[in-house]
Amino acid sequence: MSDVSLMVNGKRVSGAAEDRTLLVHFLRENLGLTGTHVGCDTSQCGACVVHVDGKAVKSCSMLAVQASGSTVVTIEGLANGADLHPVQAAFKEHHGLQCGFCTPGMIMTATDMINRHPEGLDEATVRTELEGNICRCTGYHNIVKAILAASKTMSKGSKGKARQAA
Amino acid sequence: MGIEGVGARVARKEDKRFITGAGRYVDDMVVPGMKHAAFVRSPHAHAQIKKIDVKKAQAMPGVIGVLTGKELKADGIGNLICGWMIHSKDGSPMKMGAWSPLAFDRVRYVGDAVVIVVAETKGQARDAAEAVEITYKELKAVVDASKAMDKGAPQIHPEADNNLIFDWDIGNADETAAAFRKAAHVVKMDIINNRLVPNAMEPRAALGHYDKAEDHYTCWTTSQNPHVARLVMSAFYNVAPENKLRVIAPDVGGGFGSKIYIYPEEIVCLWASKKTGVPVKWVADRTESFLTDAHGRDHHTHAEMAFDSDHKILGLKVETKANLGAYMSLFSSATPTYLYATLLSGQYNIPAIHANVKAIYTNTAPVDAYRGAGRPEATFVMERMMETAARQFGVSPAELRRKNFITSFPHQTPVIMCYDAGDYAASLDAAMKASDYAGFAKRKAAAAKKGLLRGIGMSCYIEACGIAPSAAVGSLGAGVGLWESAEVRVNAVGTIEVLTGSHSHGQGHETTFAQLVNERFGVPLDSVSIVHGDTDKVQMGMGTYGSRSGAVGMSAIVKALDKVEAKAKKIAAHLLEADEGDIIIENGALKVAGTDKNVPWFQMALAAYTAHNLPGGMEPGLKETAFYDPSNFTFPAGCYICEVEVDPETGMTEIIQFVAADDFGNIINPMIVEGQVHGGLAQGIGQALLEGAHYDNGGQLLTASFMDYTMPRAGDLPSFKVSTSNTPCPGNPLGIKGCGEAGAIGSPPAVINAITDAIGSNDLAMPASPSTVWAAIRATTKH
Repeated sequence: MSDVSLMVNGKRVSGAAEDRTLLVHFLRENLGLTGTHVGCDTSQCGACVVHVDGKAVKSCSMLAVQASGSTVVTIEGLANGADLHPVQAAFKEHHGLQCGFCTPGMIMTATDMINRHPEGLDEATVRTELEGNICRCTGYHNIVKAILAASKTMSKGSKGKARQAA
Repeated sequence: MGIEGVGARVARKEDKRFITGAGRYVDDMVVPGMKHAAFVRSPHAHAQIKKIDVKKAQAMPGVIGVLTGKELKADGIGNLICGWMIHSKDGSPMKMGAWSPLAFDRVRYVGDAVVIVVAETKGQARDAAEAVEITYKELKAVVDASKAMDKGAPQIHPEADNNLIFDWDIGNADETAAAFRKAAHVVKMDIINNRLVPNAMEPRAALGHYDKAEDHYTCWTTSQNPHVARLVMSAFYNVAPENKLRVIAPDVGGGFGSKIYIYPEEIVCLWASKKTGVPVKWVADRTESFLTDAHGRDHHTHAEMAFDSDHKILGLKVETKANLGAYMSLFSSATPTYLYATLLSGQYNIPAIHANVKAIYTNTAPVDAYRGAGRPEATFVMERMMETAARQFGVSPAELRRKNFITSFPHQTPVIMCYDAGDYAASLDAAMKASDYAGFAKRKAAAAKKGLLRGIGMSCYIEACGIAPSAAVGSLGAGVGLWESAEVRVNAVGTIEVLTGSHSHGQGHETTFAQLVNERFGVPLDSVSIVHGDTDKVQMGMGTYGSRSGAVGMSAIVKALDKVEAKAKKIAAHLLEADEGDIIIENGALKVAGTDKNVPWFQMALAAYTAHNLPGGMEPGLKETAFYDPSNFTFPAGCYICEVEVDPETGMTEIIQFVAADDFGNIINPMIVEGQVHGGLAQGIGQALLEGAHYDNGGQLLTASFMDYTMPRAGDLPSFKVSTSNTPCPGNPLGIKGCGEAGAIGSPPAVINAITDAIGSNDLAMPASPSTVWAAIRATTKH
């Protein structure tokens, strides 16, 4: 067992975890943050994407102890209080989700993608960069639409309103 | 239509919890004292169990219980069953082999559950599972249905000689033979429909909780139909009587058919909870899902179509071998029979059809309905045949189809179905226009200049949704009725709860069902709650599959709304001292038509519950229930056109455009319908280009992870051009046909027709991976 201490969604948290505990299990089981999902065993599906120190990371590909000392944002910490993050709002507006299981990972990936492309995004780039996130419901059509729309919203100088992911 | 009513593009009510991480799936559930399970599964495709030694495992840290099939059997837990009886053509019933939730004498596929380990943590359960020592005597295995009936093939179940489950016929063999004798042309094809893994993103999971004090069980499960789960676990598996078993299917992360069935794990977790005295949770990992979720498709078919000299179809002969895997899953027998062969008339006038289906055991995972269930297999046969015929005759594929379209309704096919409404030419025209079919030759020439092979292919599909009526499906062998229930509760302040037996696992029922209520009573969507997925709340229901929740589930709600409306109008008429027939509902109030006399909806509701001033003899309250049993299937249909570019150097296919023109009848929420089409198309295109479950000859699943089984990614797919036309379904009060499966049904032949058009070879297997396409190109150019 090791002690794990990190900032999650703006709060300092700590706990003991087996050395083999993955970050995703630590978030889900120790912290009760069940919005981050596990959809595979091989780091292919992306349902577990969170932001670690400002970067999108598959939380199944990192041990909890490795994340110790880091700042983590999960889907639960993305909205600014009652105000949805623009990516969350765009997924709702454009019907970018159906069963909702891949959605947290999609939104965290999309947020990171938009942050890395302040110049804006095109469809081909969005589709290429979604390579690590699998959705079985939507055929991606509306996910792509939502990300492109959110990218536009976020580049329209709404920075003050929308809290960028850490 | 109001802004929240029928036909409105309303954003989904349920989205808020999913986009904020507040969805509640089975794996998110925590019950006090809950422990974790791992299953020990067979590593062999076929073997006798000689010995199970659990001593080492029992001594491992954190282990609470290690339980075997013998103990399960001793406690009287029953075998899993298939709930749809099919009789062979000789009149004999299908040969169902025994499927124990935990195997104790023999294992029949890799992944067959043998032992459950319950421990403090998931990690400890898995560690202990590895310490269970099972001695097997390996037996020869067979994985290919086309070989499983060969002499010398291993016998998988003693009940089924030569692994033949049933040998079933539909249509008229003599009339079909006579049609072929008159034929000017006969088109023949061997067609394989590749085996698929459904892969809902949420892996299956179950949490079983036995409450000793109450002698009561609760099961949280990833189910598309919790009431059917309770019924089957109670009536057949002897887990507990219905009144002592509550089944809850909370948020479920996709189903696509794979979560219809009751699997061993739910049963075993409930039983293990009683045995160990703790709540037991099991969550599949992805490889477990690949190994044990019911797979889809896996048909080997030979088909022949007879035409007259004018290219009109005279007859169709089809022989299909359907691989049902190692055990008969809950509805496995219905998929290759009544959901497949009954659709072999397609959109066409075919005077004579005869089909034979042999269902066969193999040492592979059970096969059952997967999005479309039988109808994609039928459509693939029909639409590959039509395209091939057009090429053989040198005529336009569109015109050959058009010449043979059914144009008057109702139309009785030779294979049971009676199509009620449709306009197939309208969908064909819409798709050809949207795809600029006429301009294809130019685009092909332009692609050729770049060294690319451009092809276009179409598929005119028909399917059948909302399987019904109950008496008819009962006569065909179904063990259940296929009606749906609804209860509408108007609260004292006028807000409304709708309890439905349908189950949403991505379909957006919480929104569309509420739109029906808004349309009827003008109550805002926010004041309408949809309750589903809990057998303690909803009395009974048949769940969601086969695109039935619109046509059947919503029709039940309409029937209950009718009753509520009738009573509400009586109350309002009484309060307004008016004639009941003069009351209309408008803008959230009940009004006397043509006057300004009205009573707001909420006041009428309050009056129903205060009961101070109700019509004489009326019971207080406002709550109505309806069970709706449709009069017929519904028949969505449409035309899909796919245009591809193939790189002859690499065999890589790129989809340039995909057009879908569907007729779903009336539509409640176009945004949600489009989403259903998009998702179906992705699965159908996945089947055509990327997906395939492969076993080696020894029965090991070679494609048991997302690293080996190619799921469609965003980069594999284009944005889709979708549109709908509407011939309302006459069979239900909403005129709805259903839209959940069409995309997966219609798209595979469109893709394969496009690629074969591009490469000039008509012989191409699915998935049309680059290597398969490259080899097909080489075969045409070399020889």
